[in-house]
Amino acid sequence: MATETVAPSNSTASKTKTSPFVGERSKVSSHISQNEGLIFEKSSPGKKAYRLPALDVPAIDPQALLGKHAREDLGLLPEVSEIEIIRHFTRLSTWNYAIDLGMYPLGSCTMKYNPRVNEMVARLEGIADAHPYQPESLSQGAMRVMWMLQECLKEITGMDAITLQPAAGAHGEFTGILLVRAYHESKGNPRKKILIPDSAHGTNPATAAICGYQVQNLKSNSDGMVDLAELEQLVDEETAALMLTNPSTIGVFESEIHKIADILHSKGALLYMDGANMNALVGKTRPGDFGVDVMHLNLHKTFSTPHGGGGPGSGPVACKQILEPFLPTPVLVEKPDNTLTFNYDRSQSVGRVRMFYGNYGMFVRALAYILANGPDGLRQTTEDAVLNANYIRAKLEDVYDLPYKTPTLHEVVFSDRRQTRNGVKTGDIAKRLIDYGFHPYTTSFPMIVAGALMIEPTESESKEELDQFIDAMRQIAREADENPEIILHAPHATRVSRMDEVAAARKPVLRWKPDTAPESAASEIAASGKTPPLVPATAAKEY
Amino acid sequence: MRYLPKSPSDRDAMLKEIGVSSIGDLFQSIPAEYRLATDLNIPPQMGEQEIVNLFRVAADRNANGYASFLGAGAYRHYRPVVIDALVQRGEFLTSYTPYQAEISQGTLQAIFEFQTMICELTGMEIANASMYDGSTGAAESVMMAARVTRRSHMVVAGTVHPEYREVLRTYAQHQGLTKHRVGYGADGRVDMKALEAAITDQTACVLIQSPNFFGVIEDVAAIADLAHTKGALLIVSIAEALSLGIVRPPAEADIVSLEAQSFGVAISYGGPYCGVLACKEKFIRQMPGRLTGATVDQNGRRGFVLTLSTREQHIRREKATSNICTNQALVALMTCIYLTIYGKAGMRELAEQNLAKAHYAVQTLAGTPGSKLLFANSPRFNEFVLETAEAPDSINARLLQQKMIGGLPLSHWYPELKHASLWCATEQNSRAQIDAAAAVIADKHAPALAYV
Repeated sequence: MATETVAPSNSTASKTKTSPFVGERSKVSSHISQNEGLIFEKSSPGKKAYRLPALDVPAIDPQALLGKHAREDLGLLPEVSEIEIIRHFTRLSTWNYAIDLGMYPLGSCTMKYNPRVNEMVARLEGIADAHPYQPESLSQGAMRVMWMLQECLKEITGMDAITLQPAAGAHGEFTGILLVRAYHESKGNPRKKILIPDSAHGTNPATAAICGYQVQNLKSNSDGMVDLAELEQLVDEETAALMLTNPSTIGVFESEIHKIADILHSKGALLYMDGANMNALVGKTRPGDFGVDVMHLNLHKTFSTPHGGGGPGSGPVACKQILEPFLPTPVLVEKPDNTLTFNYDRSQSVGRVRMFYGNYGMFVRALAYILANGPDGLRQTTEDAVLNANYIRAKLEDVYDLPYKTPTLHEVVFSDRRQTRNGVKTGDIAKRLIDYGFHPYTTSFPMIVAGALMIEPTESESKEELDQFIDAMRQIAREADENPEIILHAPHATRVSRMDEVAAARKPVLRWKPDTAPESAASEIAASGKTPPLVPATAAKEY
Repeated sequence: MRYLPKSPSDRDAMLKEIGVSSIGDLFQSIPAEYRLATDLNIPPQMGEQEIVNLFRVAADRNANGYASFLGAGAYRHYRPVVIDALVQRGEFLTSYTPYQAEISQGTLQAIFEFQTMICELTGMEIANASMYDGSTGAAESVMMAARVTRRSHMVVAGTVHPEYREVLRTYAQHQGLTKHRVGYGADGRVDMKALEAAITDQTACVLIQSPNFFGVIEDVAAIADLAHTKGALLIVSIAEALSLGIVRPPAEADIVSLEAQSFGVAISYGGPYCGVLACKEKFIRQMPGRLTGATVDQNGRRGFVLTLSTREQHIRREKATSNICTNQALVALMTCIYLTIYGKAGMRELAEQNLAKAHYAVQTLAGTPGSKLLFANSPRFNEFVLETAEAPDSINARLLQQKMIGGLPLSHWYPELKHASLWCATEQNSRAQIDAAAAVIADKHAPALAYV
């Protein structure tokens, strides 16, 4: 265990021979962390964590019923007791950082507080046990929740229609672009290309490609915004849509958004908005009002459903009336007697994008969040998110380079230009933040900023937590000048140091096997004395 | 607002530090004409108690407390309490995708264990960190097979879940993929003659489901032979993952697309679930989705990282294997805990119980007057198709009156199966429920509720 005063035993950190911190860490102290092997390494035949009820029907002979399809055995599935399971996963959990532990400033990811009442209501019997094929007469509660969420999201976005079916943000993009394509096809020409700004997330071009479109890159102007002249030049009768993130990935609202929409619409093209940054807009402005034709939302960002270590997400798609006929089936409709029903009979629909109705459990949570906020709470939430980001910007712009001086909303993007003079890059600063008790910001994105530090605090941070973050960032800036070596080998205070990602990719070990002995492989590598600073991989964002 | 940790004086102090006089100054970049001047028209702020009550009312308007015989892609299995006790730990629930390995080892190791268990269950060499669900997983596997073989024709069994096939159609429509649907024979399995005729040297893959939508176990080995003879890949989709506790894994497949909802994931009106792709190792570079791999840190200590990300969209953009970005990490964790709880012995015991319950239900329900088990000579797991003299809707209407939900009528997807319905019996169905359902089917004069 590394601590603040005792240098870690690894050779690289001990080279520094000084306290690993130039100042004080106010947020964290080191403490004991439990070791834990793989669950398979605890397994032993005969240990059990279950007991089934006595079988109340006659026992069967599987061999007789299944013949050659009967399974012999279940290989290496573990055999352990209940207390071992509780300890195993509890120990693993303590190795994670989490919103519940502190600020999670991942730009474009909107890591906000996940209210606990959301979890409680999603687990109510009658909701958690509802089967998607149970009769509609016995699903009215479940359907009403979907209806209420749809109505709220339409109002929040200023759109006319919505589908909740997409399972995540990228899946929502896929659905949205399918709508665009179906719309153009209905006019006689699906068109060929989708315009995507160079500041966009990688899912945007990937989505355009799987919908059969060519991707045309749109360069940003010197303010990091859409270059209107360039846009005007590129848009033609073969342009299906522009996929725009607004506010952009540098947190800037496209102030000429109406002109962008006009240019597209004048050629019959549509405006798609990536709703990743909706946390900057809710209750303050509505995409439907400023010319957006179709957009997706991320319930796991803006509407507080938990990220859960990488999912599940949920990516509803809202659109204008012109795209409504093409929505995935089924579509929820209200009958004259106020009951709800699913309409499957829609001849122009793009089809299904997922079985059943989508990630329903996320709908419940998102609605609970909206109800807890109300209109005033949602507006205050957006204001606090923007306030927090601007506070960080004001408190750090004298020590970190701010490539775009344009006013920003919910996030701020610095660059590592000043720190690279001492060989310290954004990925290193990010790793160093871990030692100060914070999750890193988003690194190296957007790509229009070389060495980007993309910081989105969200509304969930108190002034005290923000001040601690700012203090940590300023100390790291000092370290970059005075002791860059310590940053290059950070983090020092974690259970494990930087991982050998190159080795992981070169010879992938993607599952445990009893004959692999990772500890001995490890000592082999350790014995080779190979301890260069490992370059952190480019981080990606959640969509 | 109770989720916001700031007092008015905090806000004032921060505005002062920023150098603006009001919060409105920070929103000046939004053109005035688009700034909202009024409140959103949504329900007013509610207290926690009001929220809980609202959802309780909604829950009570659903089929709460009904015995059910529904399956068809969403399976009713008991969820041990340990699962929610663990997945509700904030460190799992409120963490992000584990890109920062040093502070994400908990999630990463759990995914590594999940991948290992999926390999063991499916007989495949590698598995990914999860997909959205079984339907999108099946579609992604077909696109993967097209990349691997560089072919663009797919053969799809008509006994694959109809909604999976609908999703596949949506995905495939702009990929230039052509599709041939192969029907089923009198045994409820893929029509082997038609299948053989459908596979050509342009076929990228054959997609089947086993147990299939009728609950019948397909002859995977024989189908694999047909596919492989023509150089096509075999994709086996599995919707009822618990079958793997007692049914031989589809080891002859090239790709297995599993829906793992059965492993401790709440039915929750259809999601979130947990798809996962497993395949032969040689296809690894064409596998979509996140992968966790073992490696060592600078001190030689074992650890785990997300790896092979050069396949993914944040690096490869429009050339990525898929646009998928999120997975279902928390749901995958649930399934990992579930598999750990039941383990090697329990999974088999539990699967045997399902087999026994379904067998008893077959004998009891098919024994009612006018009823008949379809595809009777084919092996099954926990689902079966019951043909009745009476329309399934009418039987189901009587069952509802007794707080029971009967089998799923099939004629909507299979018009030729006019009076057939798909029943599922799991360890959650007691003998008494099965007997009661049989009594209702037999008694045409029992009271009914409208089945809509």
